[in-house]
Amino acid sequence: MAVHDQFEVVIPSSTEAGQELLERVMGRIESLESFSMKDAFGIRLALDEAIVNAIKHGNGFSPDKTVRVNCTIADDLFRIEIEDQGPGFCLEDVPDPTEEENLERPCGRGIMLMRSFMSKIEYNATGNMVLLEKIPSAK
Amino acid sequence: MYGKEHMSTGQRRLDIEEIGGVTVARFVDKKILDETNIQNIGNQLFALVDEDGRKKIVLDFSIVEYLSSAALGKLITMDKKVKTAKAKLRLCCIRPEIYEVFEITRLNKIFDIKSTQDEALDGI
Repeated sequence: MAVHDQFEVVIPSSTEAGQELLERVMGRIESLESFSMKDAFGIRLALDEAIVNAIKHGNGFSPDKTVRVNCTIADDLFRIEIEDQGPGFCLEDVPDPTEEENLERPCGRGIMLMRSFMSKIEYNATGNMVLLEKIPSAK
Repeated sequence: MYGKEHMSTGQRRLDIEEIGGVTVARFVDKKILDETNIQNIGNQLFALVDEDGRKKIVLDFSIVEYLSSAALGKLITMDKKVKTAKAKLRLCCIRPEIYEVFEITRLNKIFDIKSTQDEALDGI
């Protein structure tokens, strides 16, 4: 397995820092042949959701809180851990946005999109850390 | 004449054109991801109904390559405002990858989505 990038960073709870991280990761992913354009689309979408969740919903944009990111980009796997310093949440408490009564609620779709586009999504018990993995689709 | 006040709330994120009594709003961003950007887009979308009182609106996604769940949230709120105002809203020119996002979230059941702008303008 050729690893192209592996890093751990701690970023502030700002939209700009989140977007910078997103572009750094996507720059690497999009330069690799193993990930298709469709894979890259899904990773960008899922990663954006995870970063926004950490910065906005986890840390509440607090300047006193940071987000820890551990990322590995290899030919056959993209893996990222994103940990915020918020109180976490319970996955079971998030209503299913595709249920008829929730269809018109303006929020709650981020986790569903991450699950759809990634190979694996896991939260720790507290709910303040998410692990995302994507195995490139067979071509 | 429609007011332009709402266009001053942040950088303009929609190109607005009137075609045969229908307001066509084209997104100007390829990626609708950034939080601030999404707020601006939401404000400018809502102003079409709340401030301008437009009754027939087509949202053209031709240029849009990415949009996040927060952007979907703004579209849902827009849809509610349109229904409350007894106006009409159609979406058009959505790329297949983006349409998949609508399908996964079942929002293709809520929105009236057309393939082309001509189809969206027809009979709205």
